[in-house]
Amino acid sequence: MKKNKGLIQKLTAAPYLVWMAVFVIVPLIMVAYFAFVTDGGEITAEYIKEAGQYGGIFWRSVWMAAVATVICLIISYPVAYILSRMEVKIQSTMLMLVMLPMWMNFLLRTYAWMTLLGNEGVINSLLGLIGLGPFKMLNTQGAVVLGMVYNYIPYMILPLYSVMVKIDGSVLEAAQDLGCGRLKTVVRVVVPLSLPGIMSGITMVFVPAISTFVISRMLGGGGNLLIGDLIEMQFLGNAYNPNLGAAISLVLMVMVLIIMTVMRQFDTGDDERVLL
Amino acid sequence: MENIVSLNDVAVTFDGETILNKINLDIRDKEFVTLLGPSGCGKTTTLRIIGGFLKPDSGDVMFEGKRINDLPPYKRNVNTVFQKYALFPHLNVFENIAFGLRVKKLSEDEIKTRVGEMLKLVNLSGFEKRNIQNLSGGQQQRVAIARALVNRPKVLLLDEPLGALDLKLRKEMQTELKNMQQSLEITFIYVTHDQEEALTMSDTVVVMKDGNILQVGAPVDIYNEPKNAFVADFIGESNILDGIMLRDRLVQFCGHEFECVDSGFGENTFVDVVIRPEDITLAPPENQKIKGIVRSVTFKGVHYEMVVDTADFSWLIHSTRAAQVDSEVGISFGPDDIHIMHKMEG
Ligand SMILES: Nc1ncnc2c1ncn2[C@@H]1O[C@H](COP(=O)(O)OP(=O)(O)OP(=O)(O)O)[C@@H](O)[C@H]1O
Ligand SMILES: [Mg+2]
Repeated sequence: MKKNKGLIQKLTAAPYLVWMAVFVIVPLIMVAYFAFVTDGGEITAEYIKEAGQYGGIFWRSVWMAAVATVICLIISYPVAYILSRMEVKIQSTMLMLVMLPMWMNFLLRTYAWMTLLGNEGVINSLLGLIGLGPFKMLNTQGAVVLGMVYNYIPYMILPLYSVMVKIDGSVLEAAQDLGCGRLKTVVRVVVPLSLPGIMSGITMVFVPAISTFVISRMLGGGGNLLIGDLIEMQFLGNAYNPNLGAAISLVLMVMVLIIMTVMRQFDTGDDERVLL
Repeated sequence: MENIVSLNDVAVTFDGETILNKINLDIRDKEFVTLLGPSGCGKTTTLRIIGGFLKPDSGDVMFEGKRINDLPPYKRNVNTVFQKYALFPHLNVFENIAFGLRVKKLSEDEIKTRVGEMLKLVNLSGFEKRNIQNLSGGQQQRVAIARALVNRPKVLLLDEPLGALDLKLRKEMQTELKNMQQSLEITFIYVTHDQEEALTMSDTVVVMKDGNILQVGAPVDIYNEPKNAFVADFIGESNILDGIMLRDRLVQFCGHEFECVDSGFGENTFVDVVIRPEDITLAPPENQKIKGIVRSVTFKGVHYEMVVDTADFSWLIHSTRAAQVDSEVGISFGPDDIHIMHKMEG
């Protein structure tokens, strides 16, 4: 009986394994191949070294993605908490409102910010009416971070929310009963219990943010290119050099992996990981 | 003795539905008070008001003579054992119990001793490091009791704290809780819908129904002199019959007139007649007013429980001697076994 069950499990897992092989493993191998093998077929570390020259851009990408992630977390945490404590009927409506911007095309959303932030944009025009500005907002790092926060914040709210709704209200009442005010309740009970949500929220914002490309070009101008832009240029742009592109991608992947592994060390929770 | 907690005209409605109907309740210091009533009668709601988790729509909640309607739970000298335990899933047994002490920033040594004492009290020594999720329902319940009691509150609210325990452990914990209450000199407000538990543990029993308090009194008084048929039935099984009080000390039911000891109901008044199963004796049918057929006999340990059907009523009878099923028996009781009660309004 037990053996049988194991067999069925293996069989049902098969399509998934094939999928993994075709769309995850093979591309990874190809990236590694291009990064280490020249067009002539020789193995080389040249491309990796060359990728190292772009350390500044790497650093900027990590920094801006980190800032955007932290801002997302700071904004999303109270939002998700309040959302999770609302009446069930209202919750789904509010959740829809959070998701709503995601239904709009990503480029469109970012274009909207361009028209808002530009020197002759909506915000500066309004400020001009009361005699202020114009402020330079477009083509700054701040604008890029703003674009990241705006685009990725739902990916922070959702995992946080989905962990928080599972926290039973009576557990929070118990904390109050035992002497915790609002803030202490959050610190001592809500935060530890929502740690898995915090971790997956950080992952889901940080990883796409660090490899962003269009946002930085549209809102950051030419001076704030990120790794994503660099990689894109190697494959599709004038700088056409797939080997270098693959090398940069590989370095980026390793970096993300290291950062995420370090992050995981803070996560003591051995309970179920939240997959969304 | 002074009152430690008082509810004055406390009313609660949810969605237009009355949950508590202007209840008044005075609880004396160091008393063991039990709220007893059927499911949904408002017991938990009453506790939540005293604990501070719910504000009454009207009325006053008093604690040691001060109005505390607006005092949040964490400022009240009251702790709660929640109906569904509400333990912290991210903390082990020790840390769950230590939670309140840590919030109060007690020294590590003191926390260790006090939690240790509590663990011993609830029979969980050696479970310190255990994960909450891996405990049985009964063990979780005991952690919940320890977590509240370790704070030495003036008033402890317990919402069906023994509900998940098996009979033997339940009896043990009942004795334990009663001893704790007496030795720690804490006021216990205890919710249960088990009347036996209420009668054996409490100094005072509060019988509730549909958001009303029907009767407050010592267990003996409530048992012997229930105010109405509902209380009588809830506090112990009863035979409740429709009757007419013909005049003082004479009542008619089951088509016969019986002498009784009650008076003051007026003449020809509709009343409830309550006769306890253990007050009835079975007699030969010949010279009894009420005769019936024995439908069933169940052995209950100390006594037999029998159902005897007459023309218009099914009698519950407790006796140490069993009758023959399907035999005809007479039902006999004396004048002071007949309790006359006003019909409940509504
Ligand atoms: N938050 C709420 N919203 C609406 N109705 C509620 C709410 N809380 C309780 N009620 C209702 O109030 C009534 C009393 O509930 P309460 O929990 O006080 O009953 P109880 O006596 O503790 O019952 P039990 O023995 O089943 O625990 C019930 O009819 C319940 O449905
Ligand atoms: Mg209840």
